[in-house]
Amino acid sequence: MNASATDSASARSGAAAVGVSVEELSKDFNGFPVLRGITLTVNPGEIFVLMGPSGSGKSVLLKHVVGLERPSAGRVLVDGHDASDPATRGRVRMALVFQAGALFNSMTVYDNLALYPREHRLGTESAIRDKVMRALQILSLENAAGKVPAELSGGMRKRVAIARALVMEPQLMLYDEPTSELDPVMSATISEVIATLREQYHVTSIVVSHDRDLALGIADRVGILMGGRLVSLGPPADLRAPTDPRVADFLNPVIDLRNPRFRQLAG
Amino acid sequence: MAAETANAPEENESILTAAPKQVVRPFVRVLEGIGSCLRLLFEAARHIPTLPRQFGRFIEQCYLIGYTTLPIVAILSFFIGSVLALQSGYAAANIGPKQFIGLLVGLSMARELGPVMAAVLLAGRVGSAIAAELASMKVYQEIDALETMNIPPARMLVLPRLAAVLAMMPVLTIMSDLVGWFGGAIVAKYTHFISIEPASYFATMRQYMDFSDVLNGLVKAEIFGFAVVLVCCNIGLNTRGGPREIGASVTRGVVTSLILILVLDYFVTKALM
Repeated sequence: MNASATDSASARSGAAAVGVSVEELSKDFNGFPVLRGITLTVNPGEIFVLMGPSGSGKSVLLKHVVGLERPSAGRVLVDGHDASDPATRGRVRMALVFQAGALFNSMTVYDNLALYPREHRLGTESAIRDKVMRALQILSLENAAGKVPAELSGGMRKRVAIARALVMEPQLMLYDEPTSELDPVMSATISEVIATLREQYHVTSIVVSHDRDLALGIADRVGILMGGRLVSLGPPADLRAPTDPRVADFLNPVIDLRNPRFRQLAG
Repeated sequence: MAAETANAPEENESILTAAPKQVVRPFVRVLEGIGSCLRLLFEAARHIPTLPRQFGRFIEQCYLIGYTTLPIVAILSFFIGSVLALQSGYAAANIGPKQFIGLLVGLSMARELGPVMAAVLLAGRVGSAIAAELASMKVYQEIDALETMNIPPARMLVLPRLAAVLAMMPVLTIMSDLVGWFGGAIVAKYTHFISIEPASYFATMRQYMDFSDVLNGLVKAEIFGFAVVLVCCNIGLNTRGGPREIGASVTRGVVTSLILILVLDYFVTKALM
């Protein structure tokens, strides 16, 4: 997409992309440290992919950015505003695509998408309808508008969750494991959707994922979180030849039947 | 041995400090619950101006709280009125003043049993459903999704329910009173050791009761219903964990509501005397 198209898309969304600054962020749950002194910056319009093993604190970091968790120490700034202040959600439009979708099970797909503009009175019912149908069209979900979430497949739920976020015309889009539990083709589709949304709407994106292909394919920068610490931060090309042995093992795990990991850990 | 001796004072200390903690903890929890409910109430009250545009949700909640609870309230109240007439008739058979059965059933239903039964059924039927729905929304991150959308759950999920219960409790209570009185009248007429004509039964009721007795019951019902819905909303929204905690929240919601109804009943009755 050329610069003028991006600018027009940005103008259509009504607000510019925002940056995120994480400063010495630490979080404990009942005395157990989950995040330890994380410092990083995400630039406006960037796709930042956060990788790391399960339980390394990726989703917790994402919840801090959107203000669902309060830091034990340090702070997160979104466009210069403290993310833990509820008023920030009124100043900056942020959308989080939850790992399990977090769709409203009692509503149809259409009503799930229309909830945000209706509640914030962002137009007439026909304008909202146009907006919702456009979002459904972008994600090839036109036929699912009348269905309830229980009738959808895992991939469709993820796409509905992205479409719901898209209707918000966010300045900052956060994705929690958007390709988990999906087949390779659907994973590639979701990666393409994330990249296309950035191109069309110039939205800042933070993607938490285990998916190496997604990181290599769409990320501007990749951070790797291990044991609550940021152990690597750089362009996706760094993932091809990691210098840290822990990162290398995480990205290119070797299946060794003679000396399996669970026995090494037990020993 | 030396180590054991050295540890002994620490153990004693921990027992001494742990015991008061065990005693204090339930009180702290109760105070935390009250604080949390009040915070939710103020948060919901802040959004009262949005109520007119939430009219659809208000009507939906009126249907769930009022219309669907009405049959069970009617059935129970009929039999409560019947049993009241039966028991008082049995007692009066030995003493004599059977004509006061109408007054006894009338006053009992209007001032006490009508509002209490309506609130108890509300806790069992509606309170449990509210706690389950909101707890499920919390566990499956729907509440988090609302917050990220800058849609306060207190506005969308709590306020319409509180408004609906205020609108529906008088309806449920009046229905409970009327059906209870009617049940008592039938039993009073057709039970051989009572045999009072409905005209006589209702005449004593009219003679010795006035609207303030019914109003007294309506005030109680409003307070009980409001407390039940607020407590169940609060418990649902504060659920943490998985599916097991949804069940635990439902149980906690119903049990807390029932205790609250009886505790409030004493204080409100005393205040209205």
